[in-house]
Amino acid sequence: MATMTEGPVTALPSLSNEEIARYSRHLLLPEVGMEGQQKLKAARVLCVGTGGLGSPMAFYLAAAGIGTLGLVDFDVVDSSNLQRQIIHSTKDVGRLKIDSAEEKLLALNPYMKIVKYNTLLSSANALEIFKDFDIVADGTDNFPTRYLVNDACVLSGKPNVYGSIFRFEGQASIFATEEGPCYRCLYPEPPPPGLVPSCAEGGVLGILPGLVGVMQATEVIKLILGQGEPLIGRLLLVDSLNMRFRELKLRKNPDCPACGTHPTVTELIDYEQFCGIPPAVQPGAALINGVPQISVTEFKQQRDAGKDYFLLDVREPHEFKIANLGGYLIPLGEIQKRVSELDTSREIVVHCKMGGRSQQAAEALQKLGFKKVQNLAGGIQAWSEKVDPAVPRY
Amino acid sequence: MKIHIPTPLRQYVDRQATVTVEAATVGQALHALTNGHPELKKHLYSEEGKLRAFVNVYLNDEDIRYLAAREETPVKDSDSLSIIPSIAGGRLDSLQKD
Repeated sequence: MATMTEGPVTALPSLSNEEIARYSRHLLLPEVGMEGQQKLKAARVLCVGTGGLGSPMAFYLAAAGIGTLGLVDFDVVDSSNLQRQIIHSTKDVGRLKIDSAEEKLLALNPYMKIVKYNTLLSSANALEIFKDFDIVADGTDNFPTRYLVNDACVLSGKPNVYGSIFRFEGQASIFATEEGPCYRCLYPEPPPPGLVPSCAEGGVLGILPGLVGVMQATEVIKLILGQGEPLIGRLLLVDSLNMRFRELKLRKNPDCPACGTHPTVTELIDYEQFCGIPPAVQPGAALINGVPQISVTEFKQQRDAGKDYFLLDVREPHEFKIANLGGYLIPLGEIQKRVSELDTSREIVVHCKMGGRSQQAAEALQKLGFKKVQNLAGGIQAWSEKVDPAVPRY
Repeated sequence: MKIHIPTPLRQYVDRQATVTVEAATVGQALHALTNGHPELKKHLYSEEGKLRAFVNVYLNDEDIRYLAAREETPVKDSDSLSIIPSIAGGRLDSLQKD
């Protein structure tokens, strides 16, 4: 065994000859070396999410020799994930993401321990899960969980290695270290729901979470090694379409509600409520924010029975080309401008991909004086699922 | 000077990635931008006229909140302003699977 036997290194786990051979290219770097590789083996890193960001992050952390990798996810693999969530394969569709990820990670590196949490990270379980890890890597895809991860990291004193993506653009940083800012120093509050379209409605370039997730893995490894200049107090911006990287300065806000001098966030809160997300709407709810909801099956029946509806499609023109129901196309962003194209006397049914944008459009139309507006619940996805499978899902 | 518009807000500026304005201060530049694009104004400012909490504006690489003169800070043509909104990456409407 080539392990060192003196100094503080004795507390670190030793490497077997097989591990030494495996990590040879790390051991040859003076910045890693034997001690650094042992630190990686001793490290416990939690990946929150095993999707777009979590896939490359967990893959590279496993390859690098992180000793204990925790995986938190409640989701199952869907075929639309495979364009970017490279840890999952076609055969895994329908399987729990953490099971699929565990299989790939252990196949890559059997000298590590995987700890699986098949759950939605919540205020009830976050601190309990975080306590067994040294670093938290945030690969989540929604605002409530981002604020939850941040606050739980601040409260438990663990660095939050952050990455986030939208279409062609990404952000990365390290939050919640003792000296550096946290996510709330940067953004004290989330945008109201519906202001920004989600990945599911807005799309994302498949390589982008690869770029950003690998940056997160890099920062995790540097934190463990104590080498280089960590991305603390800096927000790295990636624009993959123009292939430009920029960096902005971040400062710790003394008035930050989470990590400031007089914090008001002293325990975890209800993050869905904080983000303005109404409690989950029961499928089949008759009215949302004053807009009547019509199900795809009901819409089909009524239209077949001869009822006259004006079907308004508020998606983007490129989505219309993928699949459409023959509706009249006015993208959500153009509704105000093009409202004169609509007839207030007609019964209007508004639809989009999943029902979110059409709900916003229907609410806007109501405010503009349209009385007979309904939202097609579940959108064209639900139509494909329940009425006509010949309509492709995207 | 140039103002960089992030992807989520480009729909309010005719899909431009950058908007060029004539201005002597940060405040004037933002004013010129939102005057030309009233829909954008609603997304950047609250009804009380305050910059929204989920949007940050940077003069070059510095957050304007931390500039000594804030919006009164003088700008040159070679400076750039960037609007950086918070992005989460995926589902925003619900944590439950669609």
